[in-house]
Amino acid sequence: MAGIKQINVNGKNYEIDADGQASLLSVLREQLDLTGSKYGCGEGQCGACTVLISGNPRKSCITPVSAVGQKQVTTIEGLAKGDQLHPLQQAFLDEGAMQCAYCTSGMIMTGVALLNANQNPSASEISQFMEGNLCRCGTQPRIVAAIQKAAKAGKAAGQ
Amino acid sequence: MTATQNFHEELEPERYELAAPPPYRFEADRREFFKILGAGILVVSALSTVHAAQESGAAKRKPGGELPQEISAWLHIGENGKITVYTGKAELGQNIRTSLSQAVAEELRVSISSIAMVMGDTGLTPFDMGTFGSRTTPIMNLQLRKASAAARELLIGLAATQWSIDRKRLLAAQGKISDPDTSRSVDYATLVKGQQLTQTLPAEDPLIAAAAWTVQGQSLPKVDGRDFVTGKHRYPSDLKLPEMLHGKVVRPASFGATLTSFDAHEAEQMPGVTVVHDGNFIGVAAASTELASRAAAAIHAEWKSKPQSSNKELFEYLKKNSIEKKERAVGGESSRIESGSMENGLKSATHRLQQSYTVEYIAHCPLEPRSATAQWSGENVTVWTGTQRPFGVRGELAEAFRIPEERVRVLMPDTGSAYGGKHTGEAAIEAARLARAAKRPVKLNWTREEELTWAYFRPAGVIEVTSGMRADGTITAWEFHNYNSGSAGIRTFYDIPNQLIEFHATRSPLRQGSYRGLAATANHFARESHMDELALLVKMDPLEFRLKNLKDERLRAVFEAAAKKFGWGRAKTYAGQGFGIGGGFEKGGNVATAVEVAVDPATGAVKVVRVVTAFECGAIVNPDHLLNQIQGSNIMGLGGALFEAIEFENGRILNGRFSKYRLPRFSDVPQLETVMLDRKDIPSAGAGETPMLGLAPAIGNAIFDATGVRLRSLPLAPNGVKKV
Ligand code: FES
Ligand code: FES
Repeated sequence: MAGIKQINVNGKNYEIDADGQASLLSVLREQLDLTGSKYGCGEGQCGACTVLISGNPRKSCITPVSAVGQKQVTTIEGLAKGDQLHPLQQAFLDEGAMQCAYCTSGMIMTGVALLNANQNPSASEISQFMEGNLCRCGTQPRIVAAIQKAAKAGKAAGQ
Repeated sequence: MTATQNFHEELEPERYELAAPPPYRFEADRREFFKILGAGILVVSALSTVHAAQESGAAKRKPGGELPQEISAWLHIGENGKITVYTGKAELGQNIRTSLSQAVAEELRVSISSIAMVMGDTGLTPFDMGTFGSRTTPIMNLQLRKASAAARELLIGLAATQWSIDRKRLLAAQGKISDPDTSRSVDYATLVKGQQLTQTLPAEDPLIAAAAWTVQGQSLPKVDGRDFVTGKHRYPSDLKLPEMLHGKVVRPASFGATLTSFDAHEAEQMPGVTVVHDGNFIGVAAASTELASRAAAAIHAEWKSKPQSSNKELFEYLKKNSIEKKERAVGGESSRIESGSMENGLKSATHRLQQSYTVEYIAHCPLEPRSATAQWSGENVTVWTGTQRPFGVRGELAEAFRIPEERVRVLMPDTGSAYGGKHTGEAAIEAARLARAAKRPVKLNWTREEELTWAYFRPAGVIEVTSGMRADGTITAWEFHNYNSGSAGIRTFYDIPNQLIEFHATRSPLRQGSYRGLAATANHFARESHMDELALLVKMDPLEFRLKNLKDERLRAVFEAAAKKFGWGRAKTYAGQGFGIGGGFEKGGNVATAVEVAVDPATGAVKVVRVVTAFECGAIVNPDHLLNQIQGSNIMGLGGALFEAIEFENGRILNGRFSKYRLPRFSDVPQLETVMLDRKDIPSAGAGETPMLGLAPAIGNAIFDATGVRLRSLPLAPNGVKKV
């Protein structure tokens, strides 16, 4: 497999040197030192590694870096605009939607993808969309509340 | 010491006990401190002898003997007004970094943002046994409050001297001492300038009563929450040191297997790969995890395995392999308590019931697997790792490398949780061994499969209950034998005159250890299931039956509160609906849980629809974090109650990955309702564990209510309920 030399993450082009088979997660964490995306299982079961690729939520642990090509990758580190948190990041803080917070970046990235697709999700739509993300600490009810809160904030901002 | 206390102590099953900490040479340390931190005020908080004994694992020392006072925390106020608190406790998601800051802010009357907590660093913080057993709040919180109050009083004294007035006229508020009469004030930074004052606790310091708290008792957000929602916080597995390599260990073919031969030729040819072989250990270090994994896979190792028991015969095995008293077992010593006479109790009974209950091994599955980064400099090693016992891991490293503990420093960055599963330092030792050979720092992040195989499990167990009851529902006899799962929460809190309760330490086919709630989950499951079975015999309502046999006022209060909120006693509205209740007491907390389940009449699939938890652990320190812990315990507890179980065969784990080991997900989460009883008159107890204890039996009881099928094994229904 040919080596991959370049990748666009959070609006920035990075030079990399990776085997095409290498997971996007390992490249982000080890080569770019973007460690906000977490490893939890390596087999697409927990969602701790979720990033957006062209706006779609993807589990970076099972995404070979060769599959990214010219597409834009967004990680948790690229979500805030300067000091201005994304409304969902703020909502996670407001709702206290974390304990150890190891799942948090994956939850937020998946939640952002949901809000991009559906500006007013119901609790059951949220829970369905988030089913692939595990929180072992059991903060799911707060995560649902945070997504709903961000949805409301988004609507208010849009008006 | 009463027989009961004695019993309680003997039953405390701490599985990884340390010897007493090294004697502390305080004078030298204090001078060191001012050298590092600059001038200011230093308050040293010593534990009371009782707590020192508990915290150092020395509880079993003979009573009456002098125990040394142990230092539990330091608090420093610097010339810049910065307050730095040093505690060996560790942050794993229970949000103690926040709640302990609240304690300091309250007593010292400063803002949360002026406080920095240095936690779990063996190079800087005083010795600490570890962060487990729900002891942070009852012990460390109180210690820090006392230290802070002492500092406040010192500051008031300084101002009084400066102004030559009676200290009683002065007030501390908002980081300042002020004199209301003249309205002059001075801030802490100015007061401590040039000072090198120390004070050692315990001293009788006026603490602020819970009813007058302004910072404690409030729902403050996680102090450094922003770092977590932006991905900035570095967990142990995120650390990066200059020149750092990545490690990978070649795992044995089965538990306890010995290495007979290996061929590492191919791995050694790979660029920049170091292969390390030492006894039974083989591992590699390389520039990336990718390369390390490839190199490890290229090592051909032969292992000699020994035959071992499997899941199928687990409960028989546990019954047959109990260990004689005083023989050291991992699960603690066997122990027994007796009051009254079982014989008389059973004789006076109209109904007798004998049942057996079982629990499987389950895994903690912290979302962050074990991770360690090790760096040597000469004969000294520093390791960053996620552990509940930084000082314990320091000891393990010292032992593994045959070096004195002074040469080992362990740091614990806030970690991706543990739930009792990270008491040990496997990854730390492995990373340090690789780093020593590679002569560069090495990071070793375990994979999920490794975490689910080579860590340790919550003990499996068999519990046998024999009981006797009069026709009116008064329990007269209670005999309770627990094989292996442990003795936490083993005593019944119901009023029964004749009891025999025994914990049988047992050889365990799998490596086992601490877990959120320890054995209290298993013991409550058996006890509270059995209570329902007894209630059925006399056709009493399960709640009414419990209250009839229960005097304890705090426990009655939570049962009543849960029942009220739940609407206990209401009629069912659909087929397959069932209601159940369960509760108990452990580690200073009282819990009662009422549950509604829906069992699909066609498939037998169980859905927990609604859970009402009433909880009381004394005065509430941070209501929102408490609520978070209660909700979290219930969601985590759902897995062990319904479907989690480790499957193993002949020294191998069969379901050691998330695609095979099912954890609770969003769709499993029931409607959760909580009643928190705030008892400002009772000292605060920890709350990370006890709230889950009522859940499993309440679900079992609700399934019975829905189907008439009594399930006596945890997990209750991994594949739904089959009608018999
Ligand atoms: S680490 Fe990618 S889904 Fe678990
Ligand atoms: S907060 Fe710990 S895993 Fe979600």
